[in-house]
Amino acid sequence: MSSYKIIDHEYDVIVLGAGGSGLRAAVGLSEAGLKTACISKVFPTRSHTSAAQGGISASLGNMGEDDWRWHMYDTVKGADWLGDQDSIEYLCKEAPAAVIELEKYGVPFSRTDDGKIYQRPFGGMTKNYGNGIVQRTCAAADRTGHAILHTLYGQALKHNTEFFIEYFALDLLMKDGECKGLIAWNLNDGTIHRFRAHSTIIATGGYGKAYYSATSAHTCTGDGNAMVLRAGLPLQDMEFVQFHPTGIYGHGTLISEGVRGEGGYLVNSKGERFMERYAPKAKDLASRDVVSRSMSIEINEGRGVGKEQDHVHLHLSHLDKSIIESRLPGITEAARLFANVDVTKEPIPVVPTVHYNMGGIPTNYKAEVLTGNDSETVQGLMAIGEAACVSVHGANRLGSNSLIDLVVFGRAAAKRAAEIVKPGTPHENIGEAETEKCLERFDKLRNSNGENSTAELRLSMQKTMQSKCAVFRTEKTLKEGVDDIRKAYDGMGSISVKDKSLVFNTDLVETLEYDNLIRQAITTVDSAYNRQESRGAHAREDFPKRDDEKFMQHTVAWCNGRDTKIDYRPVTKTTLTNEVQYFPPQERVY
Amino acid sequence: MVQINLPKNSEVQKGKYYQDKTGSKNIRKVNVYRWDPSDGENPRVDTYEVDMDNCPSKVLDILNKIKNEIDPSLAYRRSCAHGVCGSCAMNMDGKNGLACTKPHSEIDGDINIYPLPHLKVKKDLIGDLSGLYKQYQSIEPWLKTNTKVETTEIIQSKKDREKLDGAYECIMCACCSTSCPSYWWNGDKYLGPAVLLQAYRWIVDSRDEERKERLKKVADELKLYRCHTIMNCTNACPKGLNPAKAIAELKKMLATS
Repeated sequence: MSSYKIIDHEYDVIVLGAGGSGLRAAVGLSEAGLKTACISKVFPTRSHTSAAQGGISASLGNMGEDDWRWHMYDTVKGADWLGDQDSIEYLCKEAPAAVIELEKYGVPFSRTDDGKIYQRPFGGMTKNYGNGIVQRTCAAADRTGHAILHTLYGQALKHNTEFFIEYFALDLLMKDGECKGLIAWNLNDGTIHRFRAHSTIIATGGYGKAYYSATSAHTCTGDGNAMVLRAGLPLQDMEFVQFHPTGIYGHGTLISEGVRGEGGYLVNSKGERFMERYAPKAKDLASRDVVSRSMSIEINEGRGVGKEQDHVHLHLSHLDKSIIESRLPGITEAARLFANVDVTKEPIPVVPTVHYNMGGIPTNYKAEVLTGNDSETVQGLMAIGEAACVSVHGANRLGSNSLIDLVVFGRAAAKRAAEIVKPGTPHENIGEAETEKCLERFDKLRNSNGENSTAELRLSMQKTMQSKCAVFRTEKTLKEGVDDIRKAYDGMGSISVKDKSLVFNTDLVETLEYDNLIRQAITTVDSAYNRQESRGAHAREDFPKRDDEKFMQHTVAWCNGRDTKIDYRPVTKTTLTNEVQYFPPQERVY
Repeated sequence: MVQINLPKNSEVQKGKYYQDKTGSKNIRKVNVYRWDPSDGENPRVDTYEVDMDNCPSKVLDILNKIKNEIDPSLAYRRSCAHGVCGSCAMNMDGKNGLACTKPHSEIDGDINIYPLPHLKVKKDLIGDLSGLYKQYQSIEPWLKTNTKVETTEIIQSKKDREKLDGAYECIMCACCSTSCPSYWWNGDKYLGPAVLLQAYRWIVDSRDEERKERLKKVADELKLYRCHTIMNCTNACPKGLNPAKAIAELKKMLATS
């Protein structure tokens, strides 16, 4: 592979990904005086954090009494007791300070009458351990993610973070089970770059594009997750894929839960507010898995709307016009553009749409990656944000808990790296074998001249995932999924890449992304097949009950391409401190 | 009379013609600018016949269809597909916009797609925005405050917060700046509408304590006053923002301070 020009770099720490968590980590690392590189396949403000709408949760108590313990209880319950309670305690306790810090960075939060950060109600967020609705979700209108992402990019500029933009990461550099950095391809000029670092932080987001209909961006391909799999490390809880209740029918564009937080509600073809039947207390503000399942049942039982009766309506025309204008301007625009709907007059056609991956790279609450074997960590490797599975979201994430996850654990990772890495520590030599292996895969894909186009294979993967591993699952559909997804994998044996160049070869980028996606799709469907219970977002019609005895455990899955190995590790049943007690499993009703 | 011509290697040539293979009766011709730095050839315009019966409503859907079904070598940026990330900014039918929000039904006749004007092209529809990003950094887009209070937010009234509306929503797609003749001419020195809108966003933020210094920094013959109120920026903004007004406000602030 000596034909490729390799440029070497040495850093104390590298961050892969420049969304909310990657940027927050990069800022903290730069502040700590560590020589930091932030590598991203897109310009930072193009990252998918920009699409987050409704808000960021923190028990600030600006709209009435609140307590981080209540937030913790809601998150544990939302996670259907698959979350690790030490990590959840850390998240909820650190949340208020993290939001205040964002405000000091300059995030343009909406305001209350007395000039504080405005907070809105959100699904599953309650007061006093499930007794009534609380307003906990801090919002910048319905563009909170956008506001946070741009502000964090500004902070990174303030701290002179070194960016490597439009670099596509290929593989981790591993030596004796430790991570020594990574290899990336510079799309701008076609060169290959080898980054060595004492700590590598993966912040590459989710892999929503494994599905056909997702709110995720084209670039949400979970590249970091796949790099971890190729390094022989496992992913955790991959069967837990969140379907957001309100993606625009036919297009998939996200319509924020904030719409229901502000008083919007779902209606079936009979004009019924059907959520009252499924969640008498929380109604439309039950957690996302519950609402998505309820919508699917309504549609399956023939009460969907439209010609095909395959979606439902989200009403908000009864809301005060000034509220729609000031708090929901973004979704007003989205509904007009993608559903041709004037929200002040008509309902939005919506359907459950793939939105978030609870699963990912297993870490502890310090963001250190786990080997999958008990609490052993991988030296030199960390993961944060949607790419990571800390696990604070367990089997189902609550709305507005993802943005807070990004900043709390982005900060935690920077803190931990600053403890471990001494600035300027020399790098040990690593052999060429890892580089060779990485470039061999790259070169093979680049020069492939087979029968199957990347787009066809990707479509087949997406359709398989959408039909076999969706809101409701059964032994039969999952078994078909397990088989069919491997056909899409096998298709790679005869893949074709037309563009052979190295500068902005987006044909090759998409092929590498497909290689990343298909491994995660296989891991997801295999993990789902093996979990014979219903928990959070994983709803098995053949095993409708939660089985705490057998399955209150994290799935840990290794995948070497076609084959997976599935194992389980216990959920953490202790809290971090004695400021709060462990919440034992209960029946989950909203 | 002086004649201004493109250098020989920049002249746009007629490119390849991709005939429809689906047999569709509902075909549109899509002309796309192509240039590959690796092949040493001139830029060209390729024409694709696209089956519109099986194509969703936006220009990005057309590009995806071409890439997926006709010619995978076509290069363009795209990500969120609903107008918040700003990746797919390009020139369609002679007007800058986001391919993911621009309905192709609004375009009559053949659909012409070019990169954003007056940028160095990296490949096909991908323009080089590094200059604009450097200018963005130069306005120091972060809050400057000396507040010592760490445990609570800085209080900002609803009225003060409203001043940021119309500015903080900018997605940095560069549709405005690359539609501005003044920016075409002096893009190395004139900050251009996108960056000036962001300068304005921090200047009017009631929490920021360096308003005066910020104003002083943009008060420059070239940085600010190359704006000649042509208004192409406001016309081009796919988010409905009004950078021209923000620039006018900046000039007003300077005139009255």
